[in-house]
Amino acid sequence: MEPILDVKNLTMKFGGLKALDDVSIAIEKGQIAALIGPNGAGKTTFFNCITGIYDPTMGEVQITPPGKSTQSLRGLKPNYVTERGIARTFQNIRLFHGMTVLENVMIGRHCRLSSGIIKAMLRPPSQRDEEKQAVYDSYEILEKIGLEKYVNEMAVNLPYGAQRRLEIARAMATEPFLLLLDEPAAGMNPRETQELDDLILWLRDNENLTILLIEHDMKLVMSLSDQIHVVDYGKKIAEGSPEDIKANSDVIKAYLGEESDDA
Amino acid sequence: MPIKQQLKQSLIIAFWFMILTFPIMVIKVNTIQNIIVFRWFNLLWVGILTFFASLVWNYFLRRTEDSKKKDFEDDTPLIHRLLQNDRFRKPFLGLLAAFFIAYPFIFPMYHTSIMISALVYVMLGLGLNIVVGLAGLLDLGYVAFYAVGAYAYALLNLHFGLSFWMVLPLSALLGTLFGVLLGYPVLRLRGDYLAIVTLGFGEIIRIVLENWDEFSNGPRGISDIPAPTFFGHQFNQDNTMIYIYFIVIALVLMTIFFVNRLENSKIGRAWIALRDDEIACQAMGIDKFKTKLTAFALGATWAAMGGVIFAAKTSYINPMSFTIWESITILCVVVIGGMGSAIGVIAGALVLILLPEYLRAVAEYRMLVFGALQVIVMVFKPDGLIKSVRKVYTFQTSQEPQQEKIVHGTHT
Repeated sequence: MEPILDVKNLTMKFGGLKALDDVSIAIEKGQIAALIGPNGAGKTTFFNCITGIYDPTMGEVQITPPGKSTQSLRGLKPNYVTERGIARTFQNIRLFHGMTVLENVMIGRHCRLSSGIIKAMLRPPSQRDEEKQAVYDSYEILEKIGLEKYVNEMAVNLPYGAQRRLEIARAMATEPFLLLLDEPAAGMNPRETQELDDLILWLRDNENLTILLIEHDMKLVMSLSDQIHVVDYGKKIAEGSPEDIKANSDVIKAYLGEESDDA
Repeated sequence: MPIKQQLKQSLIIAFWFMILTFPIMVIKVNTIQNIIVFRWFNLLWVGILTFFASLVWNYFLRRTEDSKKKDFEDDTPLIHRLLQNDRFRKPFLGLLAAFFIAYPFIFPMYHTSIMISALVYVMLGLGLNIVVGLAGLLDLGYVAFYAVGAYAYALLNLHFGLSFWMVLPLSALLGTLFGVLLGYPVLRLRGDYLAIVTLGFGEIIRIVLENWDEFSNGPRGISDIPAPTFFGHQFNQDNTMIYIYFIVIALVLMTIFFVNRLENSKIGRAWIALRDDEIACQAMGIDKFKTKLTAFALGATWAAMGGVIFAAKTSYINPMSFTIWESITILCVVVIGGMGSAIGVIAGALVLILLPEYLRAVAEYRMLVFGALQVIVMVFKPDGLIKSVRKVYTFQTSQEPQQEKIVHGTHT
C-alpha cells in the first residue's frame, strides 16, 4: 500500500543555509509517527514545507488520502494543503485571540462550508442550515476534545493546556486525514501531558487519523510512537521503532548524551 | 502612588510645560515699536493650569487602570447590555427610531444637512470597518472609492443623464470593481507597507481627477448635479434635503443589516482570523488573498454609495473634497468608535462629525478641542468608545435558540 504521506529528498535552503538536506520520510496510514531532533535541526521547517508555508528548494511531497489517488503537494498554498486533508498545530500557540473558543473551531470548518458573500448577505435557508450545522459540528468537536465548558470564552482567557488542546480541536475541524502536531506537549505539566497522550491515541483510534508529531518530551514520544524519525542539522540520521532509536548510536551522539538517560 | 509623589510629578510636568510654551505664551514681538514684550503672567497661568490638569488626568488614569484589574465580566459596553436585554431593547430602539424620524421636522434645515453628512460618514465608517476593523488591513486611501462614487454619479448624469436611482446600484458595482482593481496589486503587502501604498493610491485618484480636465473638469469640478427624484417628482430645496435625509437613513440601515450579517458569517469570521493571525488563518484552509480582496472590495462598495449621496446632497463636487484628510477622518471614526464594532463606528461617526460642526462657536480652538478629545479617548478608552463586536457575537450564539438546542441535544 502507498504511504499516506511520502516525502522524497526534501531540501530547503535559506540563502546559504541548508535547513533541510535531502530528507525522505514516509508515513503509513494509522501510524503515530514522531519527528525528533535537537533544537534547530529543521523539524518545524519540515512541517512548513509540507503545509505550504515554505516552498521547498528541491524534493517532492506526495499524499495518498484514504480512498483517493496519489497527488503532489509541492507548491500548493497552505489553504489548499489544508483542503486536501492535512491539518497542523503550531509550536507557539497561534489561536485567534479576538474570537471565542467556538468561533476558533468554526474557522476550522471554513474550508468545508460553501456559502459565499451573496449568501451571507441574503441568508437563504441553505446558508442558515449550513451555519447551524457548523455550530453543531464545532460544538461536537469541542466535546470530543473536552473543551465544551469553555465554549463561549475568549480563546486568550483559556488556561495554557486548554489552549494547546483548542489548537488540536481547530485542526480537527478541517476534517484532516493527517494531523501534524508541532510540540503539542511544550509547556504542559505532567498531568496535562498524560491527558494529551490519551487524546492523541484516541484521535488515532476513533477518528481514523494518522499523526505526525514533533516533540521534545521523550517519554511521550517513546510511549506513543510507532515510528520515529530523527533529524539533525537538516539531515535525517535515523528512523525506526522506539527501541531501535533508543539503541542508535548516531541519535545518542546527536543529543550529546543529554537526553540519553531519558531515551 | 502616594500623594506626595503625585504632587511632585505634576510639578515637574507643569514646569516642563512652562518651558515648552515659553516661546509662544511669553515672548511677544511688538513689530510696531520694535520691542519684545515678556508676558510673565501667562507663564504663571500655564503652570497652574497644567499642574491641576495633570492631577486630574492622573486621577482618571488610575481609575481606568483599577477598573481594568477588577473584573472581566463587567466590561461589556452599556449599550450592548441594553440591546441584549429584551425589556430595554424594544423601547430603546423605538425611541431611537422616533428621534431619527422626527429629526428633520423638528430641527432647522441646517441641522438636517449636518446630520446627512454625519450619516454618510456612518456608512463610510461601517465600510472601512470591514477593511480596517475586521480584516485588519490599514487602508489610508479609502477616500478614493468615495470619490469614485461621487464622480460616477456626476459624470454618468452629465454625459448620459442617468438618474440618482440608476447610478446608486451602478456605483456600488463600480466601487466593488475599483476595490478589486486597486486591491489586487497592493494586497500582497501588509501592515505599514499596505498603508503607504493605499495612501498613494488615494492620492493618485485625486490627482488624476484634478488634472484630467477633459474627463473630470479638473479642479473646477462638476456643478448642477441633480438631487434624487421621487418617482420622477422633484421636491423643492427644503424637502429635497429631508428626502435625502431619509434615503441616507435607509441606506445606513441597509448597511448595518448587511454588514452585521457578513460579520457573523463564514466570510466575517475569516476576516477576523486574518486580522488575528495570518499564518494560522491560512493553515485553517482560508484563502488569504481572496479574503483580503473581498474585504477591500466590499469596503469600497459602501464608500462609493456614500459618494453618490454626497454628490447628490452638495450638487457640486471637485477633487478638493477627496483629500487624504477625508481618509484620515474616516479612519478616526473607526478607531475612536471602536475597531470592529459596528455600534462603536456609528457612535464614532456621530461624535466626530457632529462635534466639529457644533464647535463652530469656538471656531478658533475647534481643531484643538477635536485633537484633545481624540487623545483623551485613546488614553482612557483604547478599544474605542464602544468596544469590539465579538462580545456581542458570543452573547448572540449563547442566546440563540439553536445553541440551546445543541447543548441539550448533545447531553440527552
